[in-house]
Amino acid sequence: MHQQVVLAKGMVLMAIIVNQNTKVIVQGITGKQGSFHTRQMLAYGTKVVAGVAPGKGGITYEGVPVYDTVQAVLENHQVDATVIFIQAAIAKDAVMEALEAGIGIVVVITEHIPIHDELEFISYARRKGAILIGPNTFGIISSGKCQIGIPPNQFFIPGPVGLVSRSGTLAYEIAKKLAAAGFGQSTAVGMGGDCVKGLTFVEILKLFEADPETRAVVLIGEIGGDAEEEASVYIKEMTKSVVAYIAGKSAPPEKQMGHAGAIIRGGRGTYQGKVKALSKAGALVAEMPSEVPEIISKLLA
Amino acid sequence: MRIFEYMGKELFNRFGLPVPKGKVVSCADEAALAAAEIGPVVIKAQILSGKRGKSGGIRFANTPAEAKSIALELLGANIRGYLVEKLLVEEKLAVDQEFYLAVTIDEGAKSPVIIASNQGGIDIEEVPENRILKVHTDVELGMYPFIARNIVRRLGLDLGSQHGKELVKAILATYQVFQEKDAVLVEINPLVFSGEKVFAADAKVIIDPDARFRQKDIPYVEGQTETEKLAQDLGISYVELKGDIAVMANGAGIAMSTLDILLHYGGTPANFLDVVGGTDTETIARALEILLAKKPKVIFINIFGGSTRCDDVARAYAKVKKKGSGIQVPVVIRLVGTNQDEGWRILQECGIKAYTDMEEAAAKAVELAVHAPAGSSS
Repeated sequence: MHQQVVLAKGMVLMAIIVNQNTKVIVQGITGKQGSFHTRQMLAYGTKVVAGVAPGKGGITYEGVPVYDTVQAVLENHQVDATVIFIQAAIAKDAVMEALEAGIGIVVVITEHIPIHDELEFISYARRKGAILIGPNTFGIISSGKCQIGIPPNQFFIPGPVGLVSRSGTLAYEIAKKLAAAGFGQSTAVGMGGDCVKGLTFVEILKLFEADPETRAVVLIGEIGGDAEEEASVYIKEMTKSVVAYIAGKSAPPEKQMGHAGAIIRGGRGTYQGKVKALSKAGALVAEMPSEVPEIISKLLA
Repeated sequence: MRIFEYMGKELFNRFGLPVPKGKVVSCADEAALAAAEIGPVVIKAQILSGKRGKSGGIRFANTPAEAKSIALELLGANIRGYLVEKLLVEEKLAVDQEFYLAVTIDEGAKSPVIIASNQGGIDIEEVPENRILKVHTDVELGMYPFIARNIVRRLGLDLGSQHGKELVKAILATYQVFQEKDAVLVEINPLVFSGEKVFAADAKVIIDPDARFRQKDIPYVEGQTETEKLAQDLGISYVELKGDIAVMANGAGIAMSTLDILLHYGGTPANFLDVVGGTDTETIARALEILLAKKPKVIFINIFGGSTRCDDVARAYAKVKKKGSGIQVPVVIRLVGTNQDEGWRILQECGIKAYTDMEEAAAKAVELAVHAPAGSSS
């Protein structure tokens, strides 16, 4: 499904999901987060074509034309992707608006969205054949081409490593260490920190497996849920190497450490279980974040 | 957010799911009065924990005097680490059959799932897999009576019987509680047949904390320490641990990783603290004060600025340092990312140099904690 989305536009599969031609809108462009990160995205070279802020249509913000609704944007612009900077209580409305209008890539930055709302828009996205990234994600960045979300620009340079992470700041941490070791990233995707997610590890790994720019993949997981265990099943089939790092080795059981997804329940989702599943599937598991670039340099030397 | 059994049962009652006749009491005399009114009763300690039966938290009384003496024993007792402040005094049902019924969210399937078994009354983990029914629902389709009828049929009940009809209604009501109250779990174990009727004999309900803004009628249930509550009011995520290095990080993943790395170097974290993205100077300053109040040997701040900005973090440090008694414990700050240069400049003015590498900074924090003078920790 996702490959078709990319191929239908006649693009070469270099980096995944977004590239230098991706036209992006920002829902919630006039808010504190929305405006700050619109500036950052523009600075990175992302083609931000419009913003949405109900009641503020007609103004120009950060040099970008603002419209009242997504539909109004689509009457005037071609759009490939949207990024949602709308507060949690009303985020569902904004996500549904984008999906209903037919936008194919929806990046949901907002955290603390009620899980019942998330179930509804994830289900609707699936029906509309849209790629939904998040919620509670840092977004997606195809290095040197397009950044949609909130990652700090300076650590993402073009290169051969695909990166997918449940955690934002850990992804930045490891991207920075990789960059310092001379390894840039083809694309870095934030899967999101909530219990339920749009795009999953497996779907993202499949895209990296097919992307000629990506030579190896770094998977950053954490305790709780069974996303890493599920990913392991696919990693077994991959031709490209996967290096994994899992946070939460020292977390006491039954304590929730921030992410809604990071709860250890009934023995499932433990650090040991995840490391075992990943290792058995052939992934190389790093004990510390600093080991990730070391392993990558051995693999890609 | 888990709520007490009696609160769950109040919800069930409101949604038309029968519960045993009962009263919530907080003193022994009230327990005796309730027993006098109801007859033979079961007395259940209201704590946010399972396995109450095995730990003496569920008791039976035939007379008001017995109820009183059991209540005296239970109230104020500590069961499984929880202080018993309230009891639910409930009609003792004649149980003919026990079921397990739950609605929760299957993260992998990204949909709600109804879980049912005709082997209720014991831990569901102990029921063999082939005796547990799992039915996923489609959130766009929603819940329908036919879905409940299929479950009842597959549990082996006659849909024309009174029991069958009652069970269909119970499943629909349970789903409605899950849906309308933003629950992430509604679990009834056991759901019992007593005579012709069905009753929810227990209630384990967990409400999505992110939906509290639209579930205002559900009382706030505390299961946290004072500091954890303070942090929650600030919108930051905090969990108390037992070590002596206080930790502040941004992002749950990096915060967990920070704890892992401290342990790797032989240190012990005093807490988990995630300031969460986009936090301002004021909030970070208050978070820092929370850490100071715990009197750690060392404070380790590990910030990789994305939506959290380095200059905000540095300003928070400067602000707390200038205020009142200032900062008396060593602080190791690792600060990179958004607005890094400005953050470093502010820290330099405070006479502190930031680290760029988190492992190096963590090692330094551990070293300082190990060499801290005795008595500087609480």
